[in-house]
Parts: sequence; structure tokens; C-alpha cells
Amino acid sequence: MKIHEYQAKEIIARYGVKIPKGQVAFNPQEARKVAETIGKKVVVKAQIHAGGRGKGGGIKTADNPAEAEKVAGQIIGMTLVTHQTGPEGRKVKSVLVEEASNVARELYIGVVVDRNTAQPVLIASAEGGMEIEEVAKKNPEKILREGISPITGLLSFQLRRLTAALGITKEQTKAFAAVIQGLVNCFQKEDCTLAEINPLIVTPEGDIMALDAKLNLDDNGLFRHPDQVKLRDLAEEDPLEVEASKFNLNYIHLDGNVGCMVNGAGLAMATMDIIKYSGGEPANFLDVGGGASAETIGNGFRIILGDPKVKAILVNIFGGIVRCDRVATGIVQAAQSLPGGLQVPLVVRLEGTNAKEAGQILKESKLNIVEAKGLKAAAEKVVSFIKK
Amino acid sequence: MSIIVDQNTRVVVQGITGGEGSFHAAQMKAYGTKVVAGVTPGKGGTQHEGTPVFNGVAEAVKKEGANASIIFVPASFATDAILESADAGIAVIICITEGIPPLDMVKASRYVAEKKARLIGPNCPGIISPGKCKIGIMPGDIFLAKGKKKVGVISRSGTLTYEAVKQLSELGIAQSTAIGIGGDPIVGSIFTDLLPLFEADPETDGVMVIGEIGGNAEEDAARLVKAKMKKPVAAFVAGMTAPPGRRMGHAGAIISGGKGTATEKINTFKECGVAVAQSPAEIGSTVAKMLKIK
Repeated sequence: MKIHEYQAKEIIARYGVKIPKGQVAFNPQEARKVAETIGKKVVVKAQIHAGGRGKGGGIKTADNPAEAEKVAGQIIGMTLVTHQTGPEGRKVKSVLVEEASNVARELYIGVVVDRNTAQPVLIASAEGGMEIEEVAKKNPEKILREGISPITGLLSFQLRRLTAALGITKEQTKAFAAVIQGLVNCFQKEDCTLAEINPLIVTPEGDIMALDAKLNLDDNGLFRHPDQVKLRDLAEEDPLEVEASKFNLNYIHLDGNVGCMVNGAGLAMATMDIIKYSGGEPANFLDVGGGASAETIGNGFRIILGDPKVKAILVNIFGGIVRCDRVATGIVQAAQSLPGGLQVPLVVRLEGTNAKEAGQILKESKLNIVEAKGLKAAAEKVVSFIKK
Repeated sequence: MSIIVDQNTRVVVQGITGGEGSFHAAQMKAYGTKVVAGVTPGKGGTQHEGTPVFNGVAEAVKKEGANASIIFVPASFATDAILESADAGIAVIICITEGIPPLDMVKASRYVAEKKARLIGPNCPGIISPGKCKIGIMPGDIFLAKGKKKVGVISRSGTLTYEAVKQLSELGIAQSTAIGIGGDPIVGSIFTDLLPLFEADPETDGVMVIGEIGGNAEEDAARLVKAKMKKPVAAFVAGMTAPPGRRMGHAGAIISGGKGTATEKINTFKECGVAVAQSPAEIGSTVAKMLKIK
């Protein structure tokens, strides 16, 4: 789960990381009030779940409260397009107004889980402000990595190694260590999948603080953090994906016109792939899970058809232990109960126990359903409808 | 032969009185698996459909000689179930549960290693040695115990494994053992842990590896095949059309920072001499060609 910068900063501040004085504002008047409280030059930052905001015109400075109100008025309501939003951009609903900082140095620090070593790893670089992927591509030697053992945590010698490599002065060492430890604690205690401060700045006065922060929270950890649920901003997510999540369906909206509904994530990806190899473009990823009851299939249909681009649907269910005749009954029931009926061709491929009986049920339904045998035939069939 | 589990494996089902645990315990028994015990805290001393239930795994080990466990408990309790099994001396722990936080797995995988147990999963369909033992949720009837040749199957996905196995069985290619290693970022066993076991198994003629986007377990597998394996290996990688930065159902199936793409994995497999099935419909035929089956 992604959260906004202002929310991430509030959380890391609780772990002892210093952040600039500031507050979120949902309208220009609120922005003015925050600027008045701060009492000096401020930065007004668009709050969206995507990076690259500065280049897109989503971050501006203001010398006084009146100017803060004015620039907040320009930013709130704008559709911000960055390299991470896609061409459609994101509508800005709020801004973070915070004290402008003087910057002597910009660093990068982040924590992620490293799959290879099965433990968190701290990543740091003296090249702050840039995207870490860019640094990794251009100057991989400038990226420092320190594994964090679940038994010992981050060790003193690792911190010494980092401070030396990043050129942290003796006077700054204590503050720097506190930031690192704070971010590591935050990552672990809040069940993050990513905790990143970029840039971490050193001011001319020698202060160390987080100028920007990003936390991705682990959906699987939410059961331990009921407080995190309210941080979710549904307006930042695709409406169809939000709808699907209400029914515990794994749905991801894509650009194509062949809707697909599959049981199992791997088979769902493979089904998207074979649609592409057959000359079509998948409209979505949708894993309806193991059960595939009439109800889940019905919800799946509604969500797929909520995308007006969808011109045909492929249902690919590997019955396994679930009997195919039951799945077929579910598909027929769901298709019959669609408001306005089934308006697009539906290709169904059912494999496993009682597949024959399932074919009979689909045939007898007299609906616009085509049964296909095998993965390849099913994909070719559904793509043929698009090309007609 | 087979690897990891066979007709002598004695299974304890953790969470046997729950809906999933109960259903699949019956399915496993019907397949011929020796399900010797169940564990549900608070229900020790009872019987569940003819299987003795204990309060803890240690008791199931002591009284029924269980040496493998399968876990069907909710994500918030599943880590504890893994640790309990490892502590009780269970050699093979199979965790079906989906949704365990990776940070819990960081600790659990250390503990399991310390106890020298083998963990398969979490978020996996389990393991099957066809005709001998099924510890998992896969449909047993699609697997083939005897055929023209035998392959081992290792996969990050559930239903995609069934798809692959069905294609193999239809071509008369049997499976020595098939293992679903799970779709999470941190899992107990990865391709490189299992490939050497198939290499050493005299009855396995080749291996089919089914990967997907995210991480670099496939690249590591490819390099191990090149450096250490004499048996032929085929691979399929799902997610060619997956967009970057999105979790494709499995928590571990995500392209992040431009890394973990299907193209990258497929190229590495090819460079290392692994036969790649480009389309998911060609998994069976790719293996047949690799094993020179007409």
C-alpha cells in the first residue's frame, strides 16, 4: 500500500527522524494558515502517489503566506503528469506546506527486503535527490549496501563503514546514526516493503533531516496495524481496482481490450501472455482464486465489463479440485444475471474434473458463450472476435 | 525414485479441524498419503475423521512418528506454526498459507535453517511424488507416476503448475516429484535448493522450471544449471505482459526498479543452455523435445 509524503513524514518523525516543520493543506486558505504558522519561506508540494513531482510543476516555493495561498491554488486541482503517473496524470487534492531548507548535501537512504539473503538491506548513496535506480544503472559503485540481520540488527561497524563512505563528519555522526536507526526501526515495526528518504539533507548548519520520504506498507502486515488502514487514499487508485479489492479479487487494470478471468496468479499472467502471443492485448489481470464460485465469477464479470474498452472475455479456469460443472453453472448464472445481459463474446476454457459435463452446461445455456479446448485454442478464439 | 517425500513420509496436518485443513486432509488420504496426525490447539485427544488430533506438533512426532507437516492456518498464526514444526524436529514443512508478512519470513527462514528443516512455501500448492505421496492442495489425478520419461517440476505458481503437468502427462511424460515453491518474496526453498536434488535422483531424466516475474531466483537457477547440472532443464517464465511496479497477484511477482522482468529471465535461461517454452501452451512440447520423445 502506498501512502502520501506527509503521512510518511509523520510516521518517520515518530521514529526520531528529523523532518522540516510543516503540515498538509487541502485548500489554498489552509496552505496560507500553515505558512503563517511557519513564518518564513515555504515549499508547497503536491501530494500524489507518484514521483517526479518537481519536474511536472507540482513543487513550488513561496516567500510569504499570500504567495503560499496563490501557489497552493495553482497546484491543488491541477492534473499532474510525471514519468510515474502515465500520460493521464493524477489530480492533486492536497499539498504539503513546509519550511524551506538550505541544502549543503543530499544523500539517499532506503530499506527494502533483499530476497537473496532473506533479510532487510539498507541502501545508501552520496548521490541523493536522484532516483536510486538511475544511480544503480549509471554508477553502481556509488551504492552502498548493508544487510540487517534479524538476530543482531544493524551493527556499529556497519554504521562506521557507512559514515566513512558517505563522508559524514565527526560532528554529524550521532545525528546520522539516529536517522539510520530510526528508518530501520520504522521499516521493521511498521511492516514496510520500502522505507526511503531521498534526499536526506545535511544543512549548512550541520542538521540532518528528511526532505522527502516514501513508505510503502505491506498489505500482508495490515492485520497488525489497524491504524494504517485509514492512511489508504482510494482516490489515488484505479476505481475498478478499488471495486475489485472490496471482493478480495486480485484485479489489475491494463490497456488492452481482451478481458480475462483466471484462477491462480501464475496462470493468470500466463493467460495474459498467450493473449498477446495470439495477437491480442490483455485488458486486465484477474485472479479469482481457488474457489471460483458463481458469486466471485459474477463480481469478476462486473469488474471486467466496467472497463468500456473490453470487447471480448476469456475465462480460463483450471478446475483442479473444484469441479468444472460447478464452475460452468457459476459462469452461466453470473452471465444471466448481468444487467443488460452479456454484450460481448465470451470464450470459456475449463480444464479438470467434469470438464465434459461443463461443456454441456455452457452449450445448453444458449448464451453467447464459446467453449474452447486448450490454452492456445482459447486465446486464438478470443482474439479472433476482436479482429472481426 | 522421487525427492523429499515418498510412500514412507508420515504427515501431520496443522489446522486439521479448519475448513481447508479438513478438506485437504481427506483428499491427501484418498491419494494414499500417510496422514498420521492433526494438530489443533485445544482439541488434543479427539479424533478428526479417523485421524488423531493433538494440541502440539511435538506430540504428533512422539506418538505418531510424523516427519512432515502441512500448514493450513491463517496468516497471523502461520509463522508460529512453521516455527513449532521446526522445533518439533519435523524434517519437511509445507506451508500453504497465503499472506504471511515477509518480515515474519525473515525470522522464520533463519530458525528453520538453524533446525536443519526444509521449508516449502509459504503461499504454495505443496509437493507431490506421484503414486507415492501428495502433501498439498493439487488435484492428484492430473499427475502421472509412470511414463516414457520422468521429469521433476519446480514452480512458483499453483494452477500454472497444473497446466504444465497436464501437458506433460498428456504426452506420456511422468513426474518424479513436483514442487510448488510459492509466490512470496521470501520462501523456504528456491530453485537452486531443489535442482541439485533432481540432478542426484537416478529416476529423474530432466527438470521443468516454472518461474515468473520478480526477484532473480530464475537467473540463479539458470547459472546453477550451466555450472552444475548434466540433466537437461526446460523453463517457462510467466509475466511477459505484466506492467512494471505492480504486484501480479503473488506478493513476489513484481518488477521493481526495472529488475525482475520476464525478458531478462528468459535471456539468462537461454544463455545458460536451458530450453525455454515461449508460450504457456508449449510447456509439454518443449520438454518432449528436450527429452527427445517423439
